[in-house]
Amino acid sequence: MNHIDEVLLEQIANMHGTPEGAYNIRKDSTLAARANTENIKIETKQDKSGIDVYIRPGTKYEVVHIPVIITQSGIEELVYNDFFIGEDCDVAIIAGCGIHNDGHNRSQHDGVHTFHVGKNSRVRYSEKHYGQGDGDGEKIMNPQTILYLDEGSSVQLDTVQIRGVDSTKRYTKVVVGKNAEAILTERLLTHGAQTAVSEMDVLLDGEGASSRIISRSVAQDQSEQTFYPRMIGNAPSFGHVQCDSILMGSARIRSIPAITANHTEAQLVHEAAIGRIAGDQITKLMTLGLTSEEAEERILSGFLK
Amino acid sequence: MLKLEHVSYQVSEGEQTLSILNDINLVVEDGQLIVITGPNGGGKTTLAKVIMGLVTPTSGSITYNGTDITNLGITERAKLGISYGFQQPPRFKGLRVRDLLELASGEDKLSREKCCLYLTRVGLCADDYVDREVDASLSGGEVKRIEIATILARQSGLMIFDEPEAGIDLWSFSRLIDTFQSIRQQRNNTLLIISHQERIISLADEILLVADGQIQQHGSKDDVFPFILSNTVTGCRFMNERADA
Repeated sequence: MNHIDEVLLEQIANMHGTPEGAYNIRKDSTLAARANTENIKIETKQDKSGIDVYIRPGTKYEVVHIPVIITQSGIEELVYNDFFIGEDCDVAIIAGCGIHNDGHNRSQHDGVHTFHVGKNSRVRYSEKHYGQGDGDGEKIMNPQTILYLDEGSSVQLDTVQIRGVDSTKRYTKVVVGKNAEAILTERLLTHGAQTAVSEMDVLLDGEGASSRIISRSVAQDQSEQTFYPRMIGNAPSFGHVQCDSILMGSARIRSIPAITANHTEAQLVHEAAIGRIAGDQITKLMTLGLTSEEAEERILSGFLK
Repeated sequence: MLKLEHVSYQVSEGEQTLSILNDINLVVEDGQLIVITGPNGGGKTTLAKVIMGLVTPTSGSITYNGTDITNLGITERAKLGISYGFQQPPRFKGLRVRDLLELASGEDKLSREKCCLYLTRVGLCADDYVDREVDASLSGGEVKRIEIATILARQSGLMIFDEPEAGIDLWSFSRLIDTFQSIRQQRNNTLLIISHQERIISLADEILLVADGQIQQHGSKDDVFPFILSNTVTGCRFMNERADA
């Protein structure tokens, strides 16, 4: 690991050195390091690029790190990662992709992550995207996240992309089973001429299924964002979609939350708001001694926290 | 010491010029509790905003502790020790009560005990509030009390409060009165409170009656308060003329 690798790993996975527990570090399309534990096995896929992660039933309080870094300009990859989480687990999975592009060629990581979450299991999945480097080669990330939640399970999915990624097309699909719960939190900041599209389909298929989508985004400069979260109630269920965006410079945001009820006992709510930072918020923080720039920064960092 | 000399503030509305503040002259000594009262639309809030730098006066000068602050911005005045509790404070998605208290106090990590100290003084329990976001999930009265707590945390030499009683329940109001009283007794901070509330007015060292953009009366509570009580008939000129006829 060189300094750039360490910076990227710290940014995307808060990693300092070798993590505890199971991990799989992918660097420039090859396996850089891997460790299994008694309960968590990581295997390389034989038919295509990617890994299978098997988590034994009853595994509690273990963490799996699976960061991906790209440091060579011009690498384009499509990776499939599948997670098989047994029943009665309580685990955290920390993913993320960091691209350092100093060259002129496009660097692109497209990851397809599929989760099978067993009965009564709890999973916290975090995925952070980060780009850096002085080259004019684009940094592109197009993640797909597919989750199948078995009865009584719960997933908390946190995705973060703050600066540095030129273009992203994100797709998330969650099938929520009986009495299962999915909480999806998405935080995004785009700047310059970056573009971001995020589509989500949450299917509340089981009786007592519930889900919340919380999206917070900031678009600066000339960047553009599109959100299309769709919540579909196919059973007695509860779903809530909340999209909040702050618009700056000459940026543009389209926010199109959609709720579809295919069952009379499905309760679905959506809220969407786009606006500038309110002037009275800046003024209030200035009366506490911050400059207007510091106040703006503090408001944005809190909003995206 | 705060000193305003010949401060005026005018706004243009079409071809008309409206005088919101008209030749205000005022000296506030350190450690005093001054209540500014008067009819709605008389210029009280504008006067307070002029002191904080939220409104720039058209003419006149303001000095604070010997420094001419007339042309200073809000941030610079805040750093010199002036703070302002808004009548209708903003909400912040993503900023917690703790964050605002830390920003106000200037301490990176404010202990739970200190947060508790400031919040208790406005009738809030820290356990219930310190980690909550100051967003739409809080009632108007709760946001208002948090706003006042940020001013207490700031510990400024000059604390300005714009109608601190508005929207606050009776129990919290009683607690707030005790807090103002205690600050006054210690005499370390100057309080400038815009209020219509008799219990707050009764705490004052001095009362300023502001109406029609001017200081109509300025004096001790004992001198000014009886005058205010005997002059509370306001309203419609037409009705008053009919009554006189």
